[in-house]
Amino acid sequence: MSASIHLPPLPQLSSRAFAVWRRNFLVWKKLAIPSLLGNLADPMIYLFGLGYGLGGLLPQINGVSYIAFLAAGTVCSSTMNAASFEALYSAFSRMHVQRTWEAIMNAPVTLEDVMAGELLWAAAKATLSGTAILVVISLLGFVASPLALWALPVIFITGLAFAALGLIVTALAPSYDFFMYYFTLFITPMVLLCGVFFPADQLPPLVQAVAAWLPLTHAVALVRPLLFGEIPAGILGHVAALLAVAAIAFWIALTLIRRRLLK
Amino acid sequence: MSPLIVSALRKSYDGREVVAGLDFELQRGECYGLLGPNGAGKTTTLRCCLGLTAPDSGDITLVGEPVPARAREARMKIGVVPQFDNLDPDFTAAENLIVYGRYFGIRDAEIRPKIAELLDFAGLAGKEDANIRTLSGGMKRRLTLARALVNDPELLLLDEPTTGLDPQARHLIWERLKRLLAQGKTILLTTHFMDEAERLCQRLAIIDDGKMVAEGPPRQLIQQHIEAQVVEVYGEDAPGWAEREAHTFSRRVEVSGETAFCYVEDATSLLAHLAAWPNLRTLHRPANLEDVFLKLTGRELRD
Repeated sequence: MSASIHLPPLPQLSSRAFAVWRRNFLVWKKLAIPSLLGNLADPMIYLFGLGYGLGGLLPQINGVSYIAFLAAGTVCSSTMNAASFEALYSAFSRMHVQRTWEAIMNAPVTLEDVMAGELLWAAAKATLSGTAILVVISLLGFVASPLALWALPVIFITGLAFAALGLIVTALAPSYDFFMYYFTLFITPMVLLCGVFFPADQLPPLVQAVAAWLPLTHAVALVRPLLFGEIPAGILGHVAALLAVAAIAFWIALTLIRRRLLK
Repeated sequence: MSPLIVSALRKSYDGREVVAGLDFELQRGECYGLLGPNGAGKTTTLRCCLGLTAPDSGDITLVGEPVPARAREARMKIGVVPQFDNLDPDFTAAENLIVYGRYFGIRDAEIRPKIAELLDFAGLAGKEDANIRTLSGGMKRRLTLARALVNDPELLLLDEPTTGLDPQARHLIWERLKRLLAQGKTILLTTHFMDEAERLCQRLAIIDDGKMVAEGPPRQLIQQHIEAQVVEVYGEDAPGWAEREAHTFSRRVEVSGETAFCYVEDATSLLAHLAAWPNLRTLHRPANLEDVFLKLTGRELRD
């Protein structure tokens, strides 16, 4: 919701967006368990592989074990990945391959409703993914305090930001192959630069300066302290950055998709 | 009040005028056809009527609402069968209807009791739980028609509803559309099938290059625009024969490949003459809508 409040006026936006959200939810519900396990498997393999394997060779980082450090980063990167996959591959299927959006817009539902439904759905799915990781790492004892519950709203707005960014790419994509560029040139570098695997202050100052502008940096800066029982520094700035990315990216995506579908 | 009034509609893409000043008005309870070759502007016209494309100029009033300004409100009372199937492949037949109803703000409890009736109408009785991927092309099109009826629309917009279907499936769709007309629904149909237009439409408009070239009831169009009878002359010698002889008997002759189409008011003398040409096969028939269409839009291919 927060994303649309920050946008320029959208008179065409209505509660019908929720019907679009529910459509996606109904599809997901049919395959919920395999989907959830699929979302968990990949990050868990990395977490255990690198966390125990590599972590065994490493000293503590800022007073915590490497695997606990990595676990907090994994919550953020999984949220990012889940939102991106949904807003790219799944949304593109619905927009382009299955022509689902076209069918919906023949009913009294506008493009703004469809896009808002997609945005909130991708963010919800990302929240589920991030939360699932959070639950697993809590059970494993990598979460220090109930303050970690505050990570949930952060996960949601991280989902919003990456869902909105993903929708821009979908708006521009001629086919599924196009998404490789986004993952290779944007998502993967972000995982390496934004403090998921190692503290970003290990990087050269110039790279750090770039990383400070990337949305994943803000998510990590909020989630990691919360999991370790600390109140993050500069909360407002990080939250505002994620919400700003969500709002601006959604507005751009909407403009591009309108040009693509309603010309 | 007319369910749809279109006046002076214009729309260009990249400097090419796809709809070039179109005027028409539907009467309540009729089936009105937009007939035209590929690229004539039929689909663009429908998109403008639904408010999915903003026209460059012109006015559209759909079920009393100005479009695109109040397109969302207008679409509450419209059912659409698009040219390409866009049923939800992840859902069963019943789920497709329920989920589509939600887009109109219809509660599940309101739709559920109507599902059996809608599927029955579409010739899909008992298919509630059928996976969309298992349905044939004709079944999918009929389910799409049922989906277009979930909101009990006043006006149905059908974009080439039988393209790609086999004859059995087409006849079933036509029969259902006639039932809907009998119930008092209004239908706007685009097609390039002449038999479809002739069977279903009370009135139709022939459109070419975004302009209307003729409008009226099918019979009247045939009477107004073309000679009463056609003699088709086939065979290797037909083009040569047409060049030398045909004009003696027929004021208008068109040659396409090895066939000469001779349009005449009275075929008696032409048929008598042709009896002396054993190499030429002939087919004598009354003029039909396709003859009108080809006369008005030409014989060259539209790709």
